[in-house]
Amino acid sequence: MKIWAPLLAVLALVIIAWLGAGVFEWTSLFGIIIPYTAFAILVLGFIYRVIKWAQSPVPFRIPTTCGQQESLPWIKQDKIENPSKTWEVVGRMALEILFFRSLFRNTQTEKREDKLGFGSSKWLWLGSLVFHWSMLIIVLRHLRYFLYPVPAFVQGLEKLDGFLQVGVPVLYLTDVFVVLGITYLFLRRVVIPQVKYISLAADYFPLFLLLGIATSGILMRYGLKVDIASVKDFAMSLVTFKPQVIPEIGTIFYVHLFLVSSLVAYFPWSKLMHAGGIFMSPTRNLANNSRAVRHINPWNYEVKTHTYEEYEDEFREKMRKVGLPLERE
Amino acid sequence: MMYNGGKIITGLIIFALIITAPFWLNIGQADEPPEISLDTPVINQLSEKECIESAEFMRSQHPQLLNDWRDQVVREGKTVYTSSSGKEYQISLDNTCLQCHSNRSEFCDACHAYTSVDPYCWDCHGGGIAK
Ligand code: HEC
Ligand code: HEC
Ligand code: HEC
Repeated sequence: MKIWAPLLAVLALVIIAWLGAGVFEWTSLFGIIIPYTAFAILVLGFIYRVIKWAQSPVPFRIPTTCGQQESLPWIKQDKIENPSKTWEVVGRMALEILFFRSLFRNTQTEKREDKLGFGSSKWLWLGSLVFHWSMLIIVLRHLRYFLYPVPAFVQGLEKLDGFLQVGVPVLYLTDVFVVLGITYLFLRRVVIPQVKYISLAADYFPLFLLLGIATSGILMRYGLKVDIASVKDFAMSLVTFKPQVIPEIGTIFYVHLFLVSSLVAYFPWSKLMHAGGIFMSPTRNLANNSRAVRHINPWNYEVKTHTYEEYEDEFREKMRKVGLPLERE
Repeated sequence: MMYNGGKIITGLIIFALIITAPFWLNIGQADEPPEISLDTPVINQLSEKECIESAEFMRSQHPQLLNDWRDQVVREGKTVYTSSSGKEYQISLDNTCLQCHSNRSEFCDACHAYTSVDPYCWDCHGGGIAK
């Protein structure tokens, strides 16, 4: 059920787009209204979620680190694992976001006969890295549809991605890698019993959706073929706010576009928000400077104090009369 | 009430700028799509202005067609292409396509620049060593 329901949901999305754009020809709905709405949901929803997170107080530093913290000058500090300055935190965050450093520490526990063994396990790290980097390059490559003149770095990426020059149109390596990555991330969830046990429909749905998007895109480029020049006319009309659907673009294009719109609209309300969340992770983005800086708990209430000095001021006359010793006359 | 509001708002502004880049980068920038010119001596002399296949087919399938052509000549030794309307053409990028579309820079290259395609074929074809 946890696997079948999301799979059917993605297939339903494909059929909706196929019927809606292909059979009923509601191209303005599927080409203009839904994409614009989905994009607005992505931007506003993302901001909304981050602002909501920002309302949680951060009472103290959480130094869950695995390196030597800043200490006496002759003890070597591990500046990346246990940063104490802002720029060191930037270094840790950058490595985390670009290379998934904490995932690199992933371990695997295994029972061998009657002993428990711990081993390093890098496959998840590798699979994620392959998937995320391919995804990033694919998204950046898509800028060729949205900008004219096309910036040189986009053309450079296309060149690099297709450098094997296999076939015409040339095969993009990221097209292969993204499918391999998603397939690995899916298989891992069904093959490893412990992971399968904790996987929910919300884990499978994004995988199927991404696989659907990748497949429809690959089909368009290498199989069914669409008129790319018209696709560009259409994409340019969207980003210059003069939306205009082009009827002769094939239905497969609307399927692709509808799946992307679904992903984008789903993004802020799902686990995919880890894209924004990683920037907000307190165990990664706080410098371990608890011993150098005083951090005041933001929800501490004002404590009413009455110091001895104030007490003496209040009762000085009475105290003097009965001969009690005074700090100040 | 936000904690670390300054940093988070800055981050969100950067996020919004990046994700909406295609919209604001195009303000006052976007050129009109290029005119794809069919004005060449050979095409002007044609009685009916037709490509070797229908224009829709050519627009979406010409990379595939050229790939098939290349394989047919180089691997199978076939040199004649019969179009779906029954006309026969010599299979050649330089002597067929570029015979009619002799204005490569206003035709092939203009559209390729628009869609950011850079066929490596021109390393050899179109006046290079493969003529
Ligand atoms: C209407 C626009 C247009 C015109 C005109 C055009 N092309 Fe293309 N061409 C494209 C697009 C778009 C692609 C990319 C197709 C894809 O990515 O699936 C392409 C791809 C190609 C490719 C494959 C390149 C690669 O690296 O993937 C070749 C080869 C090619 N065109 C040759 C030609 C030749 C030769 C001409 C002129 C006779 C020409 N094209 C005219 C739009 C055009
Ligand atoms: C390294 C140089 C080189 C590159 C790059 C190259 N070709 Fe060729 N091509 C040749 C040579 C050499 C022949 C053989 C000519 C002959 O046998 O008459 C040929 C033959 C062909 C032919 C059939 C004969 C003819 O005269 O056109 C086609 C079609 C063709 N190539 C298409 C392409 C396409 C499309 C591309 C780009 C995707 C491409 N070629 C890239 C060198 C090249
Ligand atoms: C007999 C002359 C002739 C030959 C040979 C020829 N073309 Fe064409 N081509 C035309 C004409 C004429 C048109 C315009 C057709 C129309 O608009 O209906 C055209 C249209 C096209 C288009 C669509 C342009 C657009 O914007 O609609 C492409 C792409 C194209 N040709 C590529 C090629 C390629 C690639 C070859 C070689 C495989 C080739 N042509 C061979 C005459 C020719």
